[in-house]
Amino acid sequence: MKTRYTFGGDEQVYVEIDEEMSLDAFFVSLSMSNAVRAAKIDGVTEICPANASFQVRFDPDVIAPDEMLSRIKALEAEAEQAEKRLTTRIIEIPVYYQDPWTHETLMRFRERHQDPSGSDLDYAARINGYDDAAGFIAAHHAAPWFVSMVGFVSGLPFLYQLVEREKQLEVPKYLRPRTDTPKLTVGHGGCFACIYSVRGAGGYQMFGITPMPIYDPEQKVGYLKDFMVFFKPGDIVKWKPISREEHDRIEAEVAAGTYFPRIAEVEFDLDAWNADIAGTNAKLMEALDDA
Amino acid sequence: MTLKIVKPGLATSIQDLGRPGYFHLGIPMGGAMDRLALRAANLLVGNDEGAACLEAAFLGPEIEFTAPATIAVTGATMPVKVDGAEHPGWTAIAVKAGQVLSFGYLKAGARIYIAVSGGIATPPALGSRSTYPIGALGGVDGRAVQAGDELPVGRSAGAPEGRSVPPELRRAVSRPAELRVLPGLYIHRITDEARARFFGEEWQVAPEADRMGVRFRGGSPLDFVPRTPPFGAGSDPSNIVDGCYSYGSIQVPSGTEPIVLHRDAVSGGGYFTIGAVISADMDQIGQLQPHTPVHFIPVSMETALAARAERRAALNRIREALG
Repeated sequence: MKTRYTFGGDEQVYVEIDEEMSLDAFFVSLSMSNAVRAAKIDGVTEICPANASFQVRFDPDVIAPDEMLSRIKALEAEAEQAEKRLTTRIIEIPVYYQDPWTHETLMRFRERHQDPSGSDLDYAARINGYDDAAGFIAAHHAAPWFVSMVGFVSGLPFLYQLVEREKQLEVPKYLRPRTDTPKLTVGHGGCFACIYSVRGAGGYQMFGITPMPIYDPEQKVGYLKDFMVFFKPGDIVKWKPISREEHDRIEAEVAAGTYFPRIAEVEFDLDAWNADIAGTNAKLMEALDDA
Repeated sequence: MTLKIVKPGLATSIQDLGRPGYFHLGIPMGGAMDRLALRAANLLVGNDEGAACLEAAFLGPEIEFTAPATIAVTGATMPVKVDGAEHPGWTAIAVKAGQVLSFGYLKAGARIYIAVSGGIATPPALGSRSTYPIGALGGVDGRAVQAGDELPVGRSAGAPEGRSVPPELRRAVSRPAELRVLPGLYIHRITDEARARFFGEEWQVAPEADRMGVRFRGGSPLDFVPRTPPFGAGSDPSNIVDGCYSYGSIQVPSGTEPIVLHRDAVSGGGYFTIGAVISADMDQIGQLQPHTPVHFIPVSMETALAARAERRAALNRIREALG
């Protein structure tokens, strides 16, 4: 990892922890952005952690850009030595894979896809070495995922799977972005999964849909009454495959205000995870049994 | 009182100075694209500088007033009419109940700001009335204004008519327009020759220009420094591991058409950026018409800060002129 500092115009400092994605880079990005927040530096207006980088927006009338840069740099050594441990939550997110709505959409934009002959899942399965979509789906929900960034649009999470690099599922984005994606589509681009928080344009491959809203500006959804955005960086997600019937039942419960996702508090220790990936993942997912 | 929207124009939305603080959740700051014009419009009608106004792009709306008020229109040059009679822009105008505000054809610039004494008083969302349609925040139920909307207006002690922003303090877009850029971010991804060409060539504003960003065409494609794609970035040479975008940053997907991100831009993504337009020139982007020739000028941080100080001084002169 090689940290690189640069300015984004006169109002932003951009810090790239590493060119490539890794949990180590994410943890440094998260702990450095937390350190910047804790330092309560006058003039800082936004602190945005991302997958392997972060950005600080500041008012150069309050703090000179060079001063801002050196204050952030000073926090690097501290953040690198910080324990890579996080008290966070694991959330079970129901996913209706191969649903009719993303299927209708992917058929509509087939000419923008690498392989117009099949579905996005068929394509993803083939290029990742699975016999069929079912095998790919099984790998997709077998291990938990880390929310490594929230952004693009309102409350959209990027997720990175907690598996060895060689087991990471990787797919390119559409050749040309779609102009439409159903709300709550579970998508995938590069090594990242995402949930489209709102309907709109998108370039990620589409695998399924969740009936569970993750962004509600009106704050009517039961579990979004406190805040309209569900995810934050550091959350851990376990996908749960569901049928059409379960999808419709959850959707009705959401509408009635009686649906609450299964959530458990967990400790995540990066060193422990690196030492025993399967065992650490199993323990994380077991926490949901009591939720 | 209310503002009755008779005709909405093309893209007319309620904007103030935006909602900073939620970018890490994918919610952009939003707010007026030409912040100085919005501040000036508010000062003319005796409002707080950050009160909510209407921002109208390319085509003015038609608005009926239900009570007397003071209004002002700033930003782009577009004939201002009250019951058909023309009035000057950048000037406080008294209107009576029942009168109708309308506009002639756009002459220069792209966006007008319509302030009304008391300010538009729709419910704020996350501390701002600015419309962010993607996230259904602010504005009228999270959307732009439509015919038939009745926009509530706050109370005002009133403001005198006739006050005007001196013409030398109204910023006009030069032709070709010059956008000053602080090179940085991921500019190391392109070759030195590509960098020199980018800043040397003339670009034109493409028709794809909105509150999220403005696209440019006409220059040469950028050549990339060869690399092995970093894990997680994607195979295109213009891809990066998804990160945050800076306001004003210039992304060039596949190296072909630069896009400058503006107030409603996505908060992050997987395209490399070659630097960002300096804060002093962001207002100007909001006033660019399609097909306008543009030069991107590389500048130092020192120049960026001097330009920023100059803009602040200009705002102070407007404050003094209307104080």
